Amino acid sequence: MGEVTRRTFLAAASAAAAGAATGPWVLRAQAQSTEPIKVGVVLPYTGVYAELGVSITQGMKLVFARENDRVAGRKILMIQEDDEMKPPVGIRKMEKLIDSDKVDILTGPVHSGILMGMRDKVHSSKTILIVSNAGADAISRERCSRWIFRASFSNWQPNFPMGTWVAKNVSKEAYIAAPNYQAGKDQLGAFKESFEAAGGKIIGEDYPKLGETDYAPYLTKIKQSGAKLVYVFFSGTDAVNFVKQYDQFGLKKTTKLTGAGFLTEPDVLPAQGQSALGIITGHFYSPLLDNPTNKKFVKDFRAQYGGKVPDGFACQGYDTAEVIIRSLRAVNGNTQDKDKWVDAIAKVEFDSPRGRFRFDPKTHNVIQPFIYIRKVEETALGLNNVPFDKVANVTDPGTGCTLPA
Amino acid sequence: MAFIPDFFGQALNGLAYGVLLFLLSVGLTLIFGMLDIVNLAHGSYYMLGAYAGLTLIAVTGNFWLALLVAPVAVALVGAAVERTCLRPLYRRGPLDQVLLTFGLIYVFEDLVKWIWSGRIRSIPTPALFSSSVTVLGATIPSYRLFVIVFGLAMAVALWALIEKTRLGAIIRAGVFDSEMTAGMGINIDRVFTGVFAFGAGLAGLSGVIAGPIQSASPPMGASILVPALIVVVVGGLGSLKGSLVGSLIIGQAETFGKVWLPGASMLMIYVVMALILLFRPQGLFGRALK
Repeated sequence: MGEVTRRTFLAAASAAAAGAATGPWVLRAQAQSTEPIKVGVVLPYTGVYAELGVSITQGMKLVFARENDRVAGRKILMIQEDDEMKPPVGIRKMEKLIDSDKVDILTGPVHSGILMGMRDKVHSSKTILIVSNAGADAISRERCSRWIFRASFSNWQPNFPMGTWVAKNVSKEAYIAAPNYQAGKDQLGAFKESFEAAGGKIIGEDYPKLGETDYAPYLTKIKQSGAKLVYVFFSGTDAVNFVKQYDQFGLKKTTKLTGAGFLTEPDVLPAQGQSALGIITGHFYSPLLDNPTNKKFVKDFRAQYGGKVPDGFACQGYDTAEVIIRSLRAVNGNTQDKDKWVDAIAKVEFDSPRGRFRFDPKTHNVIQPFIYIRKVEETALGLNNVPFDKVANVTDPGTGCTLPA
Repeated sequence: MAFIPDFFGQALNGLAYGVLLFLLSVGLTLIFGMLDIVNLAHGSYYMLGAYAGLTLIAVTGNFWLALLVAPVAVALVGAAVERTCLRPLYRRGPLDQVLLTFGLIYVFEDLVKWIWSGRIRSIPTPALFSSSVTVLGATIPSYRLFVIVFGLAMAVALWALIEKTRLGAIIRAGVFDSEMTAGMGINIDRVFTGVFAFGAGLAGLSGVIAGPIQSASPPMGASILVPALIVVVVGGLGSLKGSLVGSLIIGQAETFGKVWLPGASMLMIYVVMALILLFRPQGLFGRALK
């Protein structure tokens, strides 16, 4: 009995001492809320695009860990849901996060179809969404919303500057190709717009089905067209199959392959191997960027995740988490006043691994500090995208978006 | 006149694709003909072949060794599946069998994710065939020429095996009437296992062969199933000749569909299938329906 009493006494005494030490801080936090801040995450964690979801999550967690999972005295709680890259699943998971988990803020998704499906519910329930990948142009255009920000890119952004760049530096005659779906058409549309404005001419274009495994008929057509330049948008298995078969057809010797950065991101580079060497792409990020924030990001990321080199997706996750942390600090952890919080997010500005990060107040889409022109080379980090030129301040035109400036 | 080399080049592309479909569908059609089972998990053996090939190449660095060993490994998996999962269902209705093989697709897909992760992988092109060649004005990767020659050689070898050997006679008899064959004193159980394993091994072989052209990822098995089933339906269930001719027709239809109808390339193979079914419901070389 006596022993128990002594133990109880010791426990009570140390608790009191701890309370005294942290007292003022606890009181301040209680003045607002002691509830954790719930961050809902809708990303693919299974399927071919699982690696993208994992990279984005790792980028986010790196920032939250740096802050000891706290901001303005409140704990940050991530609630992760797997959308399996399927719109019905993603939309159901989003509804669960909003309606039953009652998250304070939502992030994701990878798939543009899921984003478009989420849009109305997010908008009408006034849930703040920070898009961490999906590039559907419409979200920065006619379907924009006060409650939706995008920390990744719009499909227009990497392609528009590339059109001007390749017309000037590679060739004025291009053969173009992309998968036959909305993002493919968006991406090539942006390229065509600036390429033709710079005096370029499209001599052929093809839209193979999404998930095509045999590009031989298209590659034979490219060969026969005599094109000196090919510009494509492909990602995932499409990017691997296209790049390997392009090389096997001997096209690399006669025709320069260029494209939107997804063509040679690190999720596909190892499978492409030597076939990817020399491909030129436009993207807002490369782990080889020479700025202090990126150097620290690459070092910390590799230390945390067993030597894995961060990719553009990890950078998107990192920036999404930075936006959340910095805006919450600005409103002192008050998640109840949504209007104030949205205004704070719109004003967030910081040094990201990709350069100076800020949103366009007119569209809530990120202004890309640079679109880097990169070439696949053998580097100290293995096969990777070496930046050698850049285009500054790439802002989506935001046609049709009527957010208050 | 550029039309001739253009046309010839695309015909070669279609031939390479068709030959690949043949290696895949011949096992499917034999298994159906003999065991009366629509093996929806056939694409899974294709996937297992690609992944087994990847690992063997990573360990030995030798593509040709992988081409030899991976199909044997896949055949063993096939034999085990036939013995443990399919055998108890032979006397049950086709729905049970379809449910089982459908379920196996998911089991194998998760197994592959678990062992090899969901990352996109790819078998490097063997150095011997890494360049491209020009034939009659058409450029084609030398690896695809190898695939064409290899596939056609396999077709001849399979034909000889089935038409000219005692084992082939037993298989043909089994396809025609398995109960009667058993009545003749043939151990039909062992033949069933053998045919299933052989078909799975051929699917595994096509997985390795396709490796340098296509990437390997877990959904690959499910996505190759549809073209393989179309080949079997077009060619006629259970017919080796049908499988070869069906593959070559579908290979050309899909290739020229992509060239001539860029917006609706998939339409072409379905139109071909519908036309053939309209005039020959049993498929080109199938037995007439009873």
